[in-house]
Amino acid sequence: MTKLEYLKESPSQTAGPYVHIGCTPNFIGNTGIFKEDLGARMVNEQTKGQRITIKGRVFDGTGTSLKDAMLEIWQADSEGLFNSPSETRGETDPNFTGWGRQPVNLDSGEFCFETVKPGSVPFPDGRPQAPHINFWIVARGINLGLNTRMYFPEEEEANAADPVLGRVEHRVRVSTLIAKQSGDTYTFDIYIQGDNETVFFDI
Amino acid sequence: MSKPTTNAGPFFPRDRNWHPPALSPNYKTSVLRSPQKALLSLGNTISETTGPVFGHNMLGELDHDLVQNYAKPGECAQGERIIVHGHVLDEEAKPVPNALVEVWQANAGGRYRHKKDGYLAPLDPNFGGCGRVITDENGYYAFRTVRPGPYPWPNGVNDWRPSHIHFSLFGSGFAQRLITQMYFEGDPHIPLCPIVRTINDPAAIEMLVAKLDMNHSVPMDARAYRFDIVLRGRRSTMFENRMEGN
Repeated sequence: MTKLEYLKESPSQTAGPYVHIGCTPNFIGNTGIFKEDLGARMVNEQTKGQRITIKGRVFDGTGTSLKDAMLEIWQADSEGLFNSPSETRGETDPNFTGWGRQPVNLDSGEFCFETVKPGSVPFPDGRPQAPHINFWIVARGINLGLNTRMYFPEEEEANAADPVLGRVEHRVRVSTLIAKQSGDTYTFDIYIQGDNETVFFDI
Repeated sequence: MSKPTTNAGPFFPRDRNWHPPALSPNYKTSVLRSPQKALLSLGNTISETTGPVFGHNMLGELDHDLVQNYAKPGECAQGERIIVHGHVLDEEAKPVPNALVEVWQANAGGRYRHKKDGYLAPLDPNFGGCGRVITDENGYYAFRTVRPGPYPWPNGVNDWRPSHIHFSLFGSGFAQRLITQMYFEGDPHIPLCPIVRTINDPAAIEMLVAKLDMNHSVPMDARAYRFDIVLRGRRSTMFENRMEGN
């Protein structure tokens, strides 16, 4: 019999407390190597769509906010298209990267992304997904990056029909995926463990 | 060598018994930073199969040369000069071209250029500890640096990290995102380290141990270490379930 031959994925290891050195060196004052930290700017003056700010913190099991976490987000543009070579549905807004990277503030633990509200994108079966932003969180003590999603509170109808949110068995937990809105600012706090533990995904 | 993948389908499921579990009590920081509820299995939608891809034109001339990219003109970083090179492949052994590889590390004495690192060993004024490279059409990458030193860290009373280089990897989809660490063949600290030992399978740990590669060493200059990295593979989209008629 032929043996199936696949390689195994390289196993993950924690990003550690000094992730900034490699990923956001300018943020910690290590200037002169890269002109600008990658992922620091997602939009420019020409970007289409509604400008929004996303803020939040990442909390451990005692409710203490992490001071050494780094977050990345990935999202569609305002028309629901991804700035990715594997996007085949149309032309993405050339003034929007779709990808952002921010470390949390070393003292306050707060992160902040300046972006636009994404349009809806389809689920594999063709149903629309509610507008959402994919999050990836790494830090000291996190052995494998955590994946979650942020949804928008004003999209009540779309959220109710969303095929991903629909899979959350314990309905009380759906609220952990929905940001709080104040004008154009959304707050999305992430709880790694505890009563309010955020829903994390195995994607 | 086989051709790069052109699939845009969903990624192979992650083997979470191969990766370290979120809760690894001997790595103490993981105790309060590990989800306790089950992850929600999602599979992939287009939000996960797509991802940012970076152009080679983004790179500076010395981004892949940590010996020089923080050094004063005419000077260079202290320590054992090494070249780290290898291929980024997927689980089907296909090369992953245009993959951004970011690296960071301590200097030869085991000290990080970071305001939160207070280890006794001195900073090297000519070493920043940061570099990046993008794989070519064959998935190949290479960078030059100095071998980082081991250092003590607060976990057990006397825990030391093996010499290691941190790696951050992008493939072609956001679900491939990976951060890991590279260790050095023969380092006696590897089997002692609580972070290494968050990984249960010795064969998985072995994947993170770079091998001394004398063939690619530069005589009278720098030794080479070979480190191949594997990212998740992906299915073809041909038979993905769609509603009939779509």
